Amino acid sequence: MNEMNEVRKPPVATTGIIGWLRINLFFNWTNSLITLFVIYCLYQFIPWILDWTIFSADFKYNYLGEQITNQEMCSRNLDPENGGACWAVIYVRFYQFIYGFYPKVEVWRVNLAYVMLAFALLPLLYAKLPYRKYFLYFTYIFPIIAYFLLNGGLGFTEVSTNKWGGLLVTLVLGCTGIALAFPIGIMLALGRRSKLPVISMMCTLFIEFIRGVPLITLLFFGMVMLPLFLPEGIDMDGLVRVLVAVTLFQSAYMAEVIRGGLQAIPPGQYEAAKSLGMSYWRMNLLIILPQAIRISIPPIVNTSIGLFKDTTLVIIVGILDLLGIGRGTLADTNWLGLSYEIYFFVSLVFFIFTFGMSRYSLYLEKKLKTGINMGAD
Amino acid sequence: MRSNLGFFSDEKFRSIFFQTLVVGLFALGLFFVISTTSYNLEKRNIATGWSFLQNPAGFDISFSPFLEFKSTDTHLKVYFVGVLNTLLVSITGCIAATILGFILGIVRLSSNWLLSRLVYIYVEFSRNVPLLLQIILWYSILIQLPRVKQSLQVLDVFYISNRGLYSPRPIFESGFSYVSIAIVLALISSFLINRWAKKRQDKTGQQFPVFSSSIGLIFIVPLILFFILGSPLSFEHPELKGFNFKGGLVIRPEFIAMFLALSIYTAAFISEIVRAGIMSVSKGQREASAAIGLKQTWIMRLIIIPQALRVIVPPLTSQYLNLTKNSSLGIAVGYADLVHGFGGISLNQTGQAIECMAIVMATYLSISLTISFFMNIYNRSIQFKEK
Repeated sequence: MNEMNEVRKPPVATTGIIGWLRINLFFNWTNSLITLFVIYCLYQFIPWILDWTIFSADFKYNYLGEQITNQEMCSRNLDPENGGACWAVIYVRFYQFIYGFYPKVEVWRVNLAYVMLAFALLPLLYAKLPYRKYFLYFTYIFPIIAYFLLNGGLGFTEVSTNKWGGLLVTLVLGCTGIALAFPIGIMLALGRRSKLPVISMMCTLFIEFIRGVPLITLLFFGMVMLPLFLPEGIDMDGLVRVLVAVTLFQSAYMAEVIRGGLQAIPPGQYEAAKSLGMSYWRMNLLIILPQAIRISIPPIVNTSIGLFKDTTLVIIVGILDLLGIGRGTLADTNWLGLSYEIYFFVSLVFFIFTFGMSRYSLYLEKKLKTGINMGAD
Repeated sequence: MRSNLGFFSDEKFRSIFFQTLVVGLFALGLFFVISTTSYNLEKRNIATGWSFLQNPAGFDISFSPFLEFKSTDTHLKVYFVGVLNTLLVSITGCIAATILGFILGIVRLSSNWLLSRLVYIYVEFSRNVPLLLQIILWYSILIQLPRVKQSLQVLDVFYISNRGLYSPRPIFESGFSYVSIAIVLALISSFLINRWAKKRQDKTGQQFPVFSSSIGLIFIVPLILFFILGSPLSFEHPELKGFNFKGGLVIRPEFIAMFLALSIYTAAFISEIVRAGIMSVSKGQREASAAIGLKQTWIMRLIIIPQALRVIVPPLTSQYLNLTKNSSLGIAVGYADLVHGFGGISLNQTGQAIECMAIVMATYLSISLTISFFMNIYNRSIQFKEK
């Protein structure tokens, strides 16, 4: 009878801050030990990294108050005890990181193109945009405007592509690659699923070949072999040759992603469209593709992130994208030895773009409630 | 109203017509490319054919751990060195990425909020920064290590400097072959014991200590044999002579940078795949296995992982393929793989771009197909078996 009368302790709190801490950080003694260890490591690491990147870092002036123009003037090179990162290199070379060697007088054209790119992307990214239809018209003609704006012609002075560089090249390669690969990818995906055996075989061979070789071999192909294939007199621009390789590469991956979407469409949709007397192209354009593309948007964004990161490979064939400008700066005796600062900055720029894209893809996935996920690079 | 192109509405005719058209256009394009290419090659005095493979290469390769390479060796040997280096970094990278990825994927699901957040930050950073940048970053860290004279010494036998990692090189003396035969036999017999024990447990329910007996067979038996034969293994230690180390086994910073970057980058993707796989196993499975009294570690090993593997393996295969293809980025830090050695230096020396690129692409295609083939076999073996 004694046991019955014993007063039981109230259950431990599982709500509020204390409850949250108990469940998530100090659930049992191993868990608590791990938490304390992680906190200790962070305590060691975070002050150090904050000090290096912000508190002891030089942004424009060194600790003597002089404006930094080369690496010898960085605080940490004047006095190793006294100084962290030397961000002045980014400050001094900022123009090159964003525009490459684009002439300073003409740089407004690049700025205008950047702003127009933002407006062109707006209706694609945000479906509820007011007057979306008119924005979309602008999106369709934007590539033509951008071509004349950046390259010259129609009254603009010509700026040869070997003067382009930095973020400009990264964005041109990324956006053009994705935009061109999309229609080609759709054609390849339809071709691979086609009932005509020759066409299906050719598309399959093309897709599997491209997916089986590394991008760098395709870039070599564009750089070294493409000039051999073309008749004399046709001299292709270096950037265009790289673009051909990047687009071929991306369209094979895009095709597989879209094929995944096509496979998810129930056969009833095909049958219904055919019973209405629709032709092959009408059926695909009006019924099948709109649905297939809608469900494959998240993986499309994922492969696009992959392509955006892969554009860095062009430095191997001598095109100066963001990373290429970074390496070029490092080779300059004025900025020798600042590799951590430069690579940190370039990583940060890439991170902002790719992380933003992946967040966007997650948002879409939630909105569309589709669970299709493909292994994207 | 019927159009007078009535035969064109016939599906069979149209299908043949379009396919002939495509083949015709393709053949025409091919003919055009071949004729302009052969004209261009002739004009630029570029030789064709495969005889260049037998010519001496005339350059050195800094990292060739399996084959001895001299500058008088042929381009064909450059190719083999490249393939071996590509395979070396791909296989070691895949193994490391799998182990790291599985650990991180499981840690990410840990109930400890801080730990799982930490892994999340790692995954996001390493997935969203271009691999090439990571390779270059690792390389730039490694070549800022102390010079050879001031190299860091670990455990008295390893030396770390900006020229790489120097470690003792094992020298196998006569008699060691018996030990290796014993290891192989032990592996085979423990595999057979495992199969037999499983069959017996299915039939009678009796368990057999498979793990401890396998450990005994694989480690203890060869070790005893090793000492009976009088330790037929010695080490050649690296020695500092002049400006560099002589002897010993050296692992170059190019390889270490490639290995670290590839495995850390791919591990981030694998950890997400593993996480998705484990989360795809329904909660009821875990609760049911807890209800029949299985231990926590057994639930993971016997119930969760086998079911999660069905979801994990197909995307894991594509990660292995990606890692292998990404190993071609070694050219950025001068790692003498297939693309850098044969597709880069040999191509520039001989000028035979078409032959070199064709060989490189064909090799990557065959490696990719081989990986797919074996992973497909493995995938089939772990899928649901319908009775």
